[in-house]
Amino acid sequence: MRDAVKEAVATAWSQEWGRVVAAVIRQTGDWSLAEECAQDAFERALERWPRDGVPRRPGAWLTTTARNRALDRLRRAANESVKLREAARLAPEPVRPAPPDELPPDDAVPDDRLRLIFTCCHPALPLPAQVALTLRTLTGLSTAEIARAFLVPEGTMAQRLTRAKNKIKNAGIPFRVPPPELLPERTAAVLAVLYLLFNAGYAPGAEGPDQRRVTAEAIRLARLLAALLPGEPEAAGLLALMLLHDARYAARTDAAGDLVPLDEQDRSRWDRRQIAEGTAVLEAALAERRPGPYQVQAAVAACHAEAVDAAATDWAQIALLYGELARMAPGPVVELNRAVAVAMAEGPEAGLALVDAIASGGELASYHLLPATRADLLRRLGRRREAESAYREALALAPTATERRYLACRLASITPG
Amino acid sequence: MKYLLLICSETADGFPGATPEELDATPWVEEMTRRRVRLDGNRTRPAEDATTVRVRDGAQLLTDGPYAETKEQMAGFDIIDCADLDEAVEIAAKHPVAKFGMVEVRPFWTD
Repeated sequence: MRDAVKEAVATAWSQEWGRVVAAVIRQTGDWSLAEECAQDAFERALERWPRDGVPRRPGAWLTTTARNRALDRLRRAANESVKLREAARLAPEPVRPAPPDELPPDDAVPDDRLRLIFTCCHPALPLPAQVALTLRTLTGLSTAEIARAFLVPEGTMAQRLTRAKNKIKNAGIPFRVPPPELLPERTAAVLAVLYLLFNAGYAPGAEGPDQRRVTAEAIRLARLLAALLPGEPEAAGLLALMLLHDARYAARTDAAGDLVPLDEQDRSRWDRRQIAEGTAVLEAALAERRPGPYQVQAAVAACHAEAVDAAATDWAQIALLYGELARMAPGPVVELNRAVAVAMAEGPEAGLALVDAIASGGELASYHLLPATRADLLRRLGRRREAESAYREALALAPTATERRYLACRLASITPG
Repeated sequence: MKYLLLICSETADGFPGATPEELDATPWVEEMTRRRVRLDGNRTRPAEDATTVRVRDGAQLLTDGPYAETKEQMAGFDIIDCADLDEAVEIAAKHPVAKFGMVEVRPFWTD
């Protein structure tokens, strides 16, 4: 029984934290107070639920408890400041009216969490603060956990969060879903932050329990956002993209922790249930006929996920999709991905011509995947010497040990003796 | 909320490439006065006409020029009173100088 209650509190913690914090922020405008009162509400749940039973709607119970706690504290603070003034024999000032007891119902539209997401991702906040604040206020992750996931000292992360909350208050950043004229660009900013969160936990070499939790939270938030913005197919596109990438997580590294390239992955280790969900979400989004960069990238991931083996991959389709993406969001990294797909569909010669064109642009001079791709194509063309030197170039630029090990392996495989 | 808008150029020689008509803030001032969000404002003389005052150990020290030697220069200011940062940004973005220089939005200190 005890364990069941503990589990109920833990579940509520991961599912309801954001809702509780968002409700108290809307009511009081005070972000720090909201976090403290949410914490208090969960502590009270640990005391009361074993005795009284788990409430039918844990989220509503926690939200009400946190709101009441916030009202108490604000009233007490108001009374104390009156007492202080009386003690100092200052002319009496009108007491600020206490926040209203009449609260809108729980299902007030729009969802408070949507306001919270948009406020956390306000472009007047620096990007690292947007990322940290989104995690801290919308998920149950602690400052220490977020700091570990992003490999910064806890004090640094705490300061980043405090500064962001101060700026929201002092600069007058509104707690709301932006009006229609701002919505498209601000939605794009929110999607970018969620994708950044996902990649922070998913990038090769970033494997660890904290990173894994960040990835899970990013998917949860994308799910929430897609549900809250049903008219925005890009939100669903981002969710599909995350699900399809994350489905390959188990197969992406071998027992030694080394990177396994897509074509060598054991596809039986891919999460079929998650692929089915990602594909279904993507199909529903594409049916809206308003494509965007996340939907196209998810469509590429779906092409890989649906191929029974590497040889069955529809590379011509993937090359077309990257061409589409290059039109929507031009950039050398997209071009590089297109070059890889073209090389697979039409042969390494055609791919190499595209890669060399990108290299001559000079924009990706410090990006390890450019020489790494060149090296692979040269290897397939049997130009061993050139391949070797390109692998060495990539090795010098690769940012993580996992990627360096992979490149060193490839280099060794073509170096005679 | 009250905000100070600092109307700035990115170079020491003003707004190269902009015509006086393009920089004319009169229509903006009229619009924002009508909307009752602009409280005050003016152009300021260039940095070469500035004097910086310090008092140290009771002695007044004057220096010729602005307090910070940067290539960005303040060309004017406005004080606005509006709902929140989103509205302040919207107002700042409509200022003609936003297209050629930049506008810094500073919230007033409130307790």
